[in-house]
Parts: sequence; C-alpha cells; structure tokens
Amino acid sequence: MPTVPTFTDVPVVVDDVKCIAEKGCRVCIDVCPLDVLRINDQTGKAFMAYDECWYCMPCEADCPTGAVTVNIPYLLR
Amino acid sequence: MSKTTEPLTDTILDGLSEVSCDVLVIGGGTAGPMAALKAKQRNPNATVILLEKANVKRSGAISMGMDGLNNAVIPGYATPEQYTKEITIANDGIVDQKPVLKYAQNCYSIIEELDSFGIRFLKDENGDFSVKKVHHIGSYVLPMPNGDTVKKALYRQLRRARLLISNRFMATRLLTGKDGRVAGVIAVNTRTAEFLVVRAKSVILCMGAAGRLGLPTSGYMFGTYENAANSGDGYAMAYHAGAKLANLECFQINPLIKDYNGPACAYVAGPFGAFTANNEGKRFIECDYWSGQMMLEFFTELQSGKGPVFLKLNHLHSDTVKEIANTLHTVERPTRGLFHEGRGTDYAKQMIEMHISEIGFCSGHSASGVYVDEFARTTVPGLYAAGDMASVPHNYMLGAFTNGAVAGEDAAAFAQDHDFTAYDPADVALERERVLAPTRREDGIPPNQIEYKTRRLVNDYLQPPKVTRKYEIAQQRLAEVREDLETRMMVRNAHELMRALEASSILDCADMAAFSSLYRTESRWGLYHLRTDYPEKDDANWFCHTLLSKQNGVMTGEKKAIDPYVVPIADEERDIYDKQRVRATA
Repeated sequence: MPTVPTFTDVPVVVDDVKCIAEKGCRVCIDVCPLDVLRINDQTGKAFMAYDECWYCMPCEADCPTGAVTVNIPYLLR
Repeated sequence: MSKTTEPLTDTILDGLSEVSCDVLVIGGGTAGPMAALKAKQRNPNATVILLEKANVKRSGAISMGMDGLNNAVIPGYATPEQYTKEITIANDGIVDQKPVLKYAQNCYSIIEELDSFGIRFLKDENGDFSVKKVHHIGSYVLPMPNGDTVKKALYRQLRRARLLISNRFMATRLLTGKDGRVAGVIAVNTRTAEFLVVRAKSVILCMGAAGRLGLPTSGYMFGTYENAANSGDGYAMAYHAGAKLANLECFQINPLIKDYNGPACAYVAGPFGAFTANNEGKRFIECDYWSGQMMLEFFTELQSGKGPVFLKLNHLHSDTVKEIANTLHTVERPTRGLFHEGRGTDYAKQMIEMHISEIGFCSGHSASGVYVDEFARTTVPGLYAAGDMASVPHNYMLGAFTNGAVAGEDAAAFAQDHDFTAYDPADVALERERVLAPTRREDGIPPNQIEYKTRRLVNDYLQPPKVTRKYEIAQQRLAEVREDLETRMMVRNAHELMRALEASSILDCADMAAFSSLYRTESRWGLYHLRTDYPEKDDANWFCHTLLSKQNGVMTGEKKAIDPYVVPIADEERDIYDKQRVRATA
C-alpha cells in the first residue's frame, strides 16, 4: 500500500501553552461533530488529526482555557 | 475515559455486544433528543436509548444553535389551516396534508415547552411573540435572541430524564424480524470498530439530511451546506430495511454565501429590510422564502448577465446592520463573521456574494425523505422517522422538534403493545463482514477517494437541470464506483472505517437520487426537479407521490395517490408560488 506524505494547512489550531489535555481535559475532542481532534502522544496536547472540518466552532466555544482557534479552511477563504 | 486506556490511533478492536431497550432513537441532533424525551415521558418505565454517531452535546444541524424559527404557527399571527395551505402550494400540491396540519397544530405547544427549557424567543413590548413575515402569504418567522443555547438546554433535559445516551456509535443497518417488524440495529464504534447490537421494540430514525451528496464548489469535501456529519446514513438504512422513500427527486438546493457555503441569511435579515439582489443591486424575486420556484429564479439570475446574486444590506441604517451581524455571527454558523472579515466584506458597505448549494436530500427545507404518516410511522412496522430525513415538507428546526415529539409518543405506545421480534443472527454476521471488509485488505482505494469521485459524479451529472442522457451516464459510472467500494476500498483505522461507511451511504443516496429523478417524467418544484426532456408540469400523470423502495433486492419505483386534502386549495391559489419573479412595472 503506497502512502504519500504531504503537508496541509489545517483549520483548527490548538495553543499548546493553553491546552490542558495532559490534565485529562477532552472537551474539544468530545464535542467535535466530525471527530477530527485527537491527543498528540508526544506532547499530550489536542491537535487536528483529520482535515475534515465543518468550521462549526464547538471546539473553540467550549474549550475551558481558550486554547482552540477555528480558522476558515484555506480552500474556502 | 482515563488517558491510559485511550487508543492513540483509532486502533481497530474485535468486539460484539448486545443490549436491549423498549425504544431506540438513532441520532441525537434535533428531532432525536425530543423523541427520546417524549418516549420517556409517555412511559416513564420504558428503557429509552439515544444512539449518536458524534456526541449529543454538539451534534446535528443545530450544533451551534439556531437564529430563529422559520415556521412557527402562533395563535393571533397564523392558523394551522393557513400554514397547511401555504406549504401545500409551495410544494406544487404534492403534500399529504395530515402530517403538515398536525405539525401546525402541535408546534405552538412545543414552542412553549422550549421556552420552559430556557430557550427564549423574541417578544415585543407587550410580551407577545414578535413574529416576522418572510413567506409569500403568512407570517411564521420568530427570532431566537439566545438561540446559541439550544443544544445545552436540550442536553440538560436529557440528563434530567436519565436517558441512556451512547455517543460515538454509528448505526449501519436495521435488523428486522420474519414478521417484517423492526427488531433493532447494528452499530459500530467510530473509534474502536467494536460492534453493538441494540434490540428494540420500536426504533426512531432521526439521522438528519443527506448533506454530503453533492460536492461544494470550493472543493473542500467537508465544506457542505448541511452539517457534514449528516451523510445520508438514515436514508440508506431505511432503504435497506425495506422502508419506502418519497419524492427523492425533489432535491434540496439552498441559497448561500458563496464559498463559505452557509446560509446568508435572508430569513434573519429580510424582516429588517435586506433583500436578495442581482449585480445591479435590484430585487428580482418577490419573496425570499425558499421554494423550488424561488430557487429556479435564483439559478436563472446567476446564469444571466445580471449575476452573481447578492444579499443586500448596505442600504440599511448602520445600527440595523450591526444588529443583524450580531445575530449572524453568534448563532447557527458563527464563523460567518470570520469569513467576511477575511474577505474584507463589510455588510454596511458591500453586498454579500451568494451562490446556490450542492444538491442534497433534506425535508427541512425541501420535501423528500423516508415516507411517514401523521404519526411519524414509516412503512416498516415499529420503525419511525422524524426531522430532516422524514418526508414532512419544510420541517426546519421546529418541525424536527414537533415531529420528533410525535414519533417519541407513538413509538413508546407501540413498544408497550408489542414484545421484541427476533432477528436472524446470520444478518448480524453478514453485516459484520460487509462493514469490516475494507479493514481486511492490504492494498486498495481510500474512502475519501471513493467519496470524492461519487460526489464529483453527482455534481457533473445529477445537478439540475436534469438531462436524461447525463443521468444514464451517472448510473453507469456510479455502478463502477460501487464495484470499487465493494471490492477495493481499504481503511487503516476505525476513523477511516466510519468514513468508509459514510461513503457507502453517500453512494446509496446518489443512486436513489438518480433513480427517482428518472422515474418522474415531468418537471416540478422549480429547479429541484427541472427535467430538460420533460420541461412541463404534468398534473394528469404525475400529481402524485413517487415512492422508491428495495423490492427483492432491486431499486423499484411506484406512484402513490396524494391523500385527499383536509384544507382545500382554491384553483386561483394553486400557482401563487409560480409567480416569483418581480414583474416589470409600468
């Protein structure tokens, strides 16, 4: 199975300094309707693991520390 | 879940468990939570399970709330009979009026109930609901000043009622008994691929629109008009269980902010004096209420030298513009503000460029869906449907709540009168094989490529105006994609497996869209079913529903007579919605 590494501009950005996922917080991951956020096993912080975003905002609105920012996906901008 | 037990990469696990309940509700968006609440209220001893592919807290079309009610029938402003008449006319007469009338009679008590949940509606200085006019005939639009709180308020009610909620389980197929009754559902965990069989005495499908059917013109697969999680799974499941689906050729196509692909939204801005304009800044449609006829005028203007089409607010007072922007940028699709900021679009100065959406199925704004009667019953005993996927036309959010309530009450009564029906364990084994097949391949095609190709074909060949020859090519090409989906699609983890299952639903919906469109050999509902080979409305042959279903494994069409009207429509009223274009004045 061939895999091709490409880089991409993802809409959801998490500020690692503000993110408290390492303390057990899973709010943004829980509320995402498309289930695209995960925990990075290197940093213990939340990140966008799948570029499948409806730019709907629950992750940003519900984050208790203001760590999440939803940008408009580049293709729409 | 503690961190240590968390699979890091959506690893596929082997597992199968079974649970039972009286009433199973699938889909925790709008209709589903209300259906579950009402089932529990009707029979407090009943076990009610609410199954959701995402998380009930923020799932569905109203993930971030809603800016208002588009179809509120409020005493003093409108009557149920008047509303039923308007919806009948707006849908070219192809309406069973009983469910519409029942909705119109029940919706005010649902508004009062939502009010008691803490969801507020706009009131005037006398404390009366402040209803606005957007439709052609009556006034039914009621703004919601704190509409961003809808999901939270609903969730509180679910917790209070102690309903059983299962998040992150995607239903894949319904189970039926030898007697034809619904027996339960097979679901798969979206993060572990473990299976769950839920046996139930009655099942309510509240799985939303088929919103990932067409491809948005931006090319971003998840930049859809509808919540992109609504991939048409409910339509596919109902079809495979033998339920009948009504008038699927009546597509949903919506006016929207170009590229952003969300509502502009004329229902909010219209009552303040905003309107849909052409490139000369002039009005070209009489009424901003969404109907197929309005969409045809919108489409015609886009194609003409007077396109593109805009939402015009820049003639309004700056305070009014601020008030509109405040609503549009906090509720329903709050990233609208961010989008306009990025483009440098100031509502007070520039008009907002609009376009039309990709096609979909959604009775929320259109009319097609799983066929239901005035009790939300489908044609499969014990199986119900409500919200965007059921056939009650122009549902919107309030229709999802109201018809969800109807479904919940009737399904609870059905569960009291019936015991479980047995399913065939061989059906579960077969479904596990179908679901897991893409996990067992070493090489193949990823689900996103299967999905993209399906949806690109939908855009190339199925978008109206509908051309028979294009539709025949679509069917041939979609069959090739199906072959690839069934024999070559491959996934590496549980998340990709969810996308693969969604791709399967999307392909089923594309096939149904093509089949039903070819079946009705006339044009109707303006742009929604505009056939170039049959350009005229043909009441002599097609003043009827079309029902699509799976008969002996084959997609089959049939005509169904429209139930006799309970609210009569006078001949001179029948074509009011055909006169959408602003007439030249002398």
